[in-house]
Amino acid sequence: MDRALRRKLTNGIFVGACGLATFIALAALVLILWSLVKEGVGGIDANIFTMTQPAPGSPGGLKNAITGSILMCAGGMAIAIVVGILAGTWLAEYGGQTPYGHAVRFLNDVLLSAPSILIGLFVYEIMVAHLFGHFSGYAGALALALLAVPIVTRTTEDMLALQPNTLREAGMALGAGRGFVIRSIIWKAASAGLLTGGLLGFARISGETAPLLFTSLGNQFFSLNMAQPMASLPTTIFQFALSAYDDWRRLAWVGALLIAVAVLAVNTIGRLLARETHRP
Amino acid sequence: MSTAAIDTRTEDRPARAQSPLGETIFRTLCFSAATLLMAALAGVVVSLIIGGWPAFQKFGFGFITSTAWNPVTEDYGAAGPIVGTIVTSILALIIALPLALGVSVFLVEFCPKRIARPIAIAVELLAGIPSIVYGMWGLFVLAPWFATHIQLPIMMDFDSHSLIGRIFSGVPNGANIFTASLILAIMILPYMAAVFRELLLTVPSQVREAAYGLGSTAFEVVAKVMLPYVSKGTVGVIMLGLGRALGETMAVTFIIGNSHGFPHSLFDSGSTIASTIANEFAEATSDMHTSALIALGLVLFVLTFAVLAVARALLAGNKN
Repeated sequence: MDRALRRKLTNGIFVGACGLATFIALAALVLILWSLVKEGVGGIDANIFTMTQPAPGSPGGLKNAITGSILMCAGGMAIAIVVGILAGTWLAEYGGQTPYGHAVRFLNDVLLSAPSILIGLFVYEIMVAHLFGHFSGYAGALALALLAVPIVTRTTEDMLALQPNTLREAGMALGAGRGFVIRSIIWKAASAGLLTGGLLGFARISGETAPLLFTSLGNQFFSLNMAQPMASLPTTIFQFALSAYDDWRRLAWVGALLIAVAVLAVNTIGRLLARETHRP
Repeated sequence: MSTAAIDTRTEDRPARAQSPLGETIFRTLCFSAATLLMAALAGVVVSLIIGGWPAFQKFGFGFITSTAWNPVTEDYGAAGPIVGTIVTSILALIIALPLALGVSVFLVEFCPKRIARPIAIAVELLAGIPSIVYGMWGLFVLAPWFATHIQLPIMMDFDSHSLIGRIFSGVPNGANIFTASLILAIMILPYMAAVFRELLLTVPSQVREAAYGLGSTAFEVVAKVMLPYVSKGTVGVIMLGLGRALGETMAVTFIIGNSHGFPHSLFDSGSTIASTIANEFAEATSDMHTSALIALGLVLFVLTFAVLAVARALLAGNKN
């Protein structure tokens, strides 16, 4: 075969293969979302939000699981935002270039990619095995906090680093101290970015199942007491999906749809906000 | 505006803006938060070592090499889950790597700019879907389809004693090592594609354009100029994907079949470290069972940490 033709052919096959790979990735997304909608939408009714989980065969909803998830995610995010923003601020504004700063950044990355189930084991060891002696909503919230902190820290550092130095210099030239400049100028300028960190952290933890299995355990009744075992959407989905009852499985699909929609929405908003910050 | 108003402001402001005590407190707070992060990770490692110690003490090195996993006789060996973890992760990588390469090259080189962004966002959405949703989809959609359309035909066509028959033997319910790897591949694909895309964008446009200027086809530019330019980082991307796959829990727990011991074929059920912990930890009754599971966790931590450290070193090397 002619050399030029062969090169053209190879190129054509390569471009086609790359296009095919992209098509496969998009098809996977569409197939998964389609299954969620097909199996989940039919099950959504008022009961989902007003009734607690049923015994097999009787009507019920996911009220206890949704409430538990919201409580534990809120608790986890409260811790993660405070610790993450302060730690990210330290990395960006104070000690980020010191050896200690490099160590913190590296370990933050390790924590970010540590398997979530190991975070669950750690929280089990301190909260469940020693501090409380039993499973609790607090333990679940702490496990979720540990998963969100590294994301908030990383995003905070990145977003603060984007702020121009002239802002800091201007503040300090007016006689303000470093900390004051950070709090009232830099944080304000980067507020959309800080919010992004929080949203991305939230998106990560709201679907997390593994670390909750043996920290908050689950609870078939409606409960607002975080010192006791607490239901959550992901653990309820896990239990229901693997059960032998059709109505439980239907509820699991509804729960999966709710989580996926929430996570994807939060994720998208976070990304849009991040783009706004990139263009000051 | 009265002068009095200006006066109070200038007296008031510096007090708040320059308080040395406030400065120290804020700085210390930030420093403590950073230190707390380190302490958390240290706590994870220490608690895994302490919790797993009894198991390591009792079984020694045999914990890693033995395939026994028997809560009744209190005999625990982790070889089954360890092999399951490594096999599923590497299989997932083999499936995901060409796809990730294809997606990122397509987005950077071939795709019209106007649709490149929406496609990139869609692929990133794939990364946002929670693990448990992948698990449900795998169990209820992928596994049954796989069993009837792939697994059964293969079992019909090949004698179960032939080599191919043995590789593909297993219970035809679609819950096995291979489907678990498939799900893992879909899950790590978006991460790998995103990092790889960033890497490709670091190739200086002069280098690319020079190659095109010499009359290279797009394939030649990518394969002979761009890929060699980012070769170190490519290994980093692979390790990053591997690190994600090793620790993935819920999706795998749903679909791997959860049987202990050594997987004997591609379509055999198995278990991974993470799926074993997820399945058994809350129900572990004896102290040795709990300890063995935590020891498994430590093995997983060491594996992911090593992989991540290598990935970081290689990716950092490519950026300089």
